[in-house]
Parts: sequence; C-alpha cells; structure tokens
Amino acid sequence: MTDHFEVFGLPRRLAIDVDELQRRFYALSRQWHPDYYAGAPPEVQARALEQSARVNAAYRTLRDPIARIEYLVQLEEGRTTREGATVRPEAPPELLEEMFEIQEALAEARAGGLDEATRRALEAQRDRLRARLAEEEARLTGPLAAAWDAADAAARPALLEAFKRGLATRAYLRTAIEDLERALGAEEGTADHVAHRRH
Amino acid sequence: MSRIVGIDLGTTNSLVAFVDPKTGLPRVIPDAEGRVLLPSVVAFTPEGVLVGEPAKRQLLRRPEATVYSVKRLMGRGYEDVKGELRYFPFVIEPADGIVRLRVGGREVTPPEVSAIILKALKERAERYLGEPVERAVITVPAYFNDSQRQATRDAGRIAGLDVVRIVNEPTAASLAYGLHRLHEGIIAVYDLGGGTFDISLLRVKDGIFEVLATNGDTHLGGDDFDRALMDWLLEDIERQHRRELAGRPVELARDPEALQELRLAAEAAKIRLSSEERTTLTLPFEEFTYRREITRAELERLIEPIVARTLGPCRQALADAGLRPEQVDAVVLVGGSTRVPLVRRRVEELFGKPPRSQLNPDEVVALGAAVQAHILAGGFTDMLLLDVTPLSLGIETLGGVVSVLIPRNTTIPTSARELFTTSVDGQTVVDLHVVQGERELAKDCRSLARFELRGIDPMPAGMPKIEVTFLIDANGILQVTARELRTGKEASIEVRPTYGLTEADVARMIEESYQYAEADVEARLLIEARTEADTVMTHVRRALRQGGHLVDAAERARIEAALEELARARESADRDLIREKTAALNRVTEHLAEVLMDASLREALGTGRAAEIIGGEATPPPRGAE
Repeated sequence: MTDHFEVFGLPRRLAIDVDELQRRFYALSRQWHPDYYAGAPPEVQARALEQSARVNAAYRTLRDPIARIEYLVQLEEGRTTREGATVRPEAPPELLEEMFEIQEALAEARAGGLDEATRRALEAQRDRLRARLAEEEARLTGPLAAAWDAADAAARPALLEAFKRGLATRAYLRTAIEDLERALGAEEGTADHVAHRRH
Repeated sequence: MSRIVGIDLGTTNSLVAFVDPKTGLPRVIPDAEGRVLLPSVVAFTPEGVLVGEPAKRQLLRRPEATVYSVKRLMGRGYEDVKGELRYFPFVIEPADGIVRLRVGGREVTPPEVSAIILKALKERAERYLGEPVERAVITVPAYFNDSQRQATRDAGRIAGLDVVRIVNEPTAASLAYGLHRLHEGIIAVYDLGGGTFDISLLRVKDGIFEVLATNGDTHLGGDDFDRALMDWLLEDIERQHRRELAGRPVELARDPEALQELRLAAEAAKIRLSSEERTTLTLPFEEFTYRREITRAELERLIEPIVARTLGPCRQALADAGLRPEQVDAVVLVGGSTRVPLVRRRVEELFGKPPRSQLNPDEVVALGAAVQAHILAGGFTDMLLLDVTPLSLGIETLGGVVSVLIPRNTTIPTSARELFTTSVDGQTVVDLHVVQGERELAKDCRSLARFELRGIDPMPAGMPKIEVTFLIDANGILQVTARELRTGKEASIEVRPTYGLTEADVARMIEESYQYAEADVEARLLIEARTEADTVMTHVRRALRQGGHLVDAAERARIEAALEELARARESADRDLIREKTAALNRVTEHLAEVLMDASLREALGTGRAAEIIGGEATPPPRGAE
C-alpha cells in the first residue's frame, strides 16, 4: 500500500512546502472526489471513495508538522495501523519536581476549591508548561526534523529515539496543561467544547 | 442523468431549488400560489394529512394534531428532548431509542413527518418542472451527528427520493455565494436557523471550497428566542390577570391552544422587533384581552444568553482552524434568525467586521443545495466542496474511555483502520461500541451503534486479528467493514443503531408510503384547496360585516354571488373548480380589501399601529428555512 508521502508523490522527508502540498491536495481531490463519480458504476464509485479517503487522510497527517513526525516514526517502525501508535506520556526529567508540586496543588484544589494565591500559582505553572510545550514542539519540528532529513541510515535510529522521547514529553505536557486548565476553569466560552484530549 | 433537485429541510420552513439550465443559475421553486417557503408544519386531521400553509393554519385550531419543528426531534432519543416537551402540544413518547409522536390519533416517527414535507416539495418541483423528480440533495446542519443525518436520509427514502447527498447547510450557503464569486479567501458562515446553529470556516480558492473547521449546536435557534419571550409573557399575563385567570377551567400554561396563540404572537413580535424599536402585542383570551408593549431592548435582555451561546462554538472553530478572528476575510450570515439585530452586533464584535448577507438568508441554503446537486449531476465541473466531519469518531475501550479514530474537522470522505482481537480462548464474537463526540468517556459522548463481529474461528485469546475499517463517506455517515487478517475473510457485522430506524422499519415505511402515495396526493390537494377556500370565505364574510357599507350594492351583490359559488364548489371533489372559484372570489373582493385598508389606516391615524390592526388575523411576514 502506498504511504502518505507516496500519495502526494513526495519523498519521505519532514521538510514539506505546505503551499505545494495544498496544490497537490486540491489536484488529487479534483481527480478522486466522489462528487465527480455520482453517475459512475458502483465499483468505480467505491474506488473513488477509497482513493479520496486515502488522499484526505494523507493530507491531514502531512500538513501538520507534529502529525507528520508521528507518522514518520510509525512508518519507520513498520506499523500499518494505529495500534501501539499512541505515545506513552513521559515527564521531562527536569520538570519532575515541579510536576510533583503541581499535582499536589491540583489535589488540594479538587478537594477544597481554589484560593486566590493557589490560582495565581497554578496559572503561572500553566504558562510555564505552555512555554515548555512550545519549545518542545519547536525542537521537534525544527532542528530534529532538519537533522532527520540530512541524516544517513546509520544516524537515523538515534534520531528516531529522539523523536519518540520528544513526542512522549509533548504528550505529557499537553495532559498536564489540560489538567491545570480544567482545575482553573477552562478558557472563557470554550469550556464545553474542549473537554476532549486530542492527540 | 436525470435532474437532481436541492432541498433545504428547515426547522421552520423548507424550500426546493434547481439549477436552471438556461442561465446556469440556481432558482428556488415556487408553489402554485407563488410562495417559495413551505412551512415545515404537518397536520393530521380527520379528513387527511395537511402540509405547509394549510397545516400552519391548523396550529391554533388543532394544536395537538399539528406537528412543527420536527427537525429538533430527528435522530434523537427521548432523553435528549425531555427538557423541551412542554413546548410541544403533541405527545412525544420514547420508542426503541427514537421518539414517536402521537398526533391526531396516529403514531408517527420524526422521519415520517419529515417525509411528508419532502414529498410536498417533490410534488411542487414535479409540477413546476413538468417531469418526475426522483433524486435530491438534502441539507442538514453541519453539526448534525450520524444519527441525525441517517434520520434525514431515511426521511428522503420514505418520501420516495433517492438522496444522492446529504450536504451541510453552511457549506451549501458558501457554494451559493461562491457561484457568484462574491467572496474568496477565508470565509466564516454563521448560520442561525429556527432550531439549529452552525459556524463553518472555509478557504475558498479557485473553485475549491475547503471547510477548515465547523462547530455548532443542533438545539439552538430562533425557536429558543420565541420560547424565552413566551415564558416571559406567560409570567406577565399571570401577574396582570391573576383574577381573570383564577376562573379558567385549564391553567394557562397547560392549555395547548392558548400556548400556541402565545407562541405565534411571540414569534411575530420578535420578527417585528428586528425592524422596529417597539411593538404592541395583543392577545384576545376568552376572559380578557392581554395587551403589552415590548421594546427591542427588553427582547434583547431575554435573548442575550441564547445569542451568547453561539460565540463559544465560533471561538472553538477558529481555534480548530488555527485562525485568529482578523484573518477571516468575510463573515456571511445565513438563516432567518440572523435578521435579529443583536445577533448581527455580536457577530460583528467577535470577527471585528460587519457581516454580510447579499443573498436572501432564507433561500441561500436551498440555492446552494441546488448547486451541489448540479455538481453531482455533472453540470458544474470546476467547483468542488471539501467538507469535514463535525464530531470526533471513536470506540469505547476498557474503563469506558474513548479512543478517537477520526478527529473532528477531518476532511471527508475519510477512513481509519483498527485491529481487534479476542480476550478469551475460543471467543467467536467481538463487540464494538462506536461513539461520536468530544468527551473523554463514552457515556458522555453520543452512542452511534454497537457492532457485533461474528463468525470468528475459535482460537486462543489474542490470536485472531480482525481489521475493522471505519469509513465516513461524503455524507458524513459512517460505514463499517471488518476482515479477519489471518484468513482474509470478511467478518460479518451486525449493526444495532442506538438512535434510529432499523432497515426493516424504513422498508415498511417506504412500502406504506407507496401504497398510499396516489390516494394521499389527491386527498391532500383537495383538502388544501378546501382549507384555502374556507380561509378566504371567512375573511370575506368578516370584511363584509366590517366594511360592507363602504362599497355600493352592486359590488356587494357580486361578492355575495362569488361567495355562494365558492361555497357550492367547496362541497364538490373538484379541486380545480375550488381553486378557480377561490381565485374568482379573491379578484372580486380586491376593491373591498383596499377600501377596508384605507379605512383602518385612517382610523389608526398614523400611530404606527396600522399594520397591527390590518394584520390582526394575517400570518406574520415570511421567515426563513431555519
């Protein structure tokens, strides 16, 4: 089966020109979208549906730099379905102590509500974690991705491990930020709409 | 290929449109009287079923037998709608996951009621186009879940339509705008109808309409404005007329007829307050007449929290699309409820630019549906709509936690594959619970269906590898297939939809509708003609009583004669004759109507209440398909 890079005729590289990706996505959509096959025989319709679904899945994955890395790791490890793809969240070592404090404050908040000082402290923590998350994502999609594209076969296993550690840290930070946001009462107006943990 | 029409099946009104091959432009199709909006109201009378205007006129006379806003019940379970039962005068009962309505001595499901509306539109299109219409694109709110979409498709099938595509209302609207090349770039479509709210963000470029994110609330709309005002009025009436009310046999809040009267008056006042700063509401009850002036500011205080509920979804859609409000190039308003000034103000504040509505917000969705129909028929080849699934799709895993397979705002069609295995030696059946929604726990999401994978060869636990493919098609509807990987054989799947009709139900309803189709159409057209005749005669008789002295004897005699002829024609079964005589009576009373109007205007002495006096019995101004 063709992989997401092959769907767009792209090499398996992390650097992707998103404007070019969008142009190819539109062209492939014009070629395969079921709308253009409404009058076709059922087997042709079924093929269009399948191709179109494949194009959409590939586009969704490749246009997002983080999803692109997750997919690359999955491809390199030879997995074909999502099974086992979920990264186990892992705390960044330098934050372990801080996370312990946050968990304690959260437990207190859950038990007895938030006083003003705790709220301010938790808000500060949340902002620090957000900054750390942005940093981790920048590292993954910036220097690490560039290193992968430049690396030879021998250097790649180490980079794959680095990606996995980075993704694990990212997953951990996202969960922690969400816990904090929930405790603080989610952002104005979006409370009911962001309860889900996205990956 | 035969023609495909576009249908906007709205909460309040429905429309049908087609693309005129001569101009290449979409047009809404009027009925024989030139009206394009078909009120989404169905009345089950002893004489037969009525739909549209004639049904709407039954609302006050037979509230318990007249169904409106049925769209709010489509694809819903009893638990979902329990909270709003008191707003419906007909009986709603739980029935196998869905709800059933008991109206006028009949039991019907929401898709069957919708099918009656769709059939009326189908007949309207056939009469206008002079050819059979068998295929349609039907619009649904973008935020409709799988069950609500399936219910809509079932309704189409029961109405004898091949539903070629279910398309989202805001995206349909964007197609209508796109055809006119009105807006390119990043477009926000804010669609507030009678019962549903959607926000969709699109990138429109070179004929491609790519939806970036969508959000909404399928239980939020103009109906809720009416209800807020109605509850407020009810309280006010009870306060002002406590003494008169004490003698009533039925409590006001439990009197279906009074409540209908109140609902319609509230709706009409709301509509007037979109163009006027204040309006007076007059409600004649048997014991007293309730009069009350309402200002726009008062209405706005009542509906402010409802309008505010649309802003959260807007912000979420922006966040999902990775956009800031100022990156949106144009905001387009769709749906009759966007005529409310407060709605426009809040939208402008959020996006920082005045919203636009160059195309009629009542018609734009139907026009867009016709455009999509024309694309599917191979007519427009340069336009393509890339829509998304509004809700995340997942399966329930251990501990009731949802594992997301397809996140919300994924372009459709799309698919996801997942491997399943057995947990006990020799297990031959695996259960899957598929849900839709954004919450972490399956119990907080919308249950779509339970799937049973059967016929797995008995093997030690964990050995079988069953690959299940979840495919969301271009209608936003889920299809599931499964394959045992070792043997490569298709696994059999039994689907038990949580909310919705079974295949057998739909098949039976289609059969029934065929059986009664011919007779139904004839009977209904006759009833409609008779109802129309009755209404006109009532109006004329009242006009004669009020203003007969204002015209000369000869004219009175002509009117009396026309009345007589219509009364005779009404008793025949010849609906063409009834229509002809109705039209004749209308013509002969034109002058009397003018004279009466002048007289009332003079009486009103320009106090701004003229419209109210004249419009005492008239229906409120047309509202959109919502």
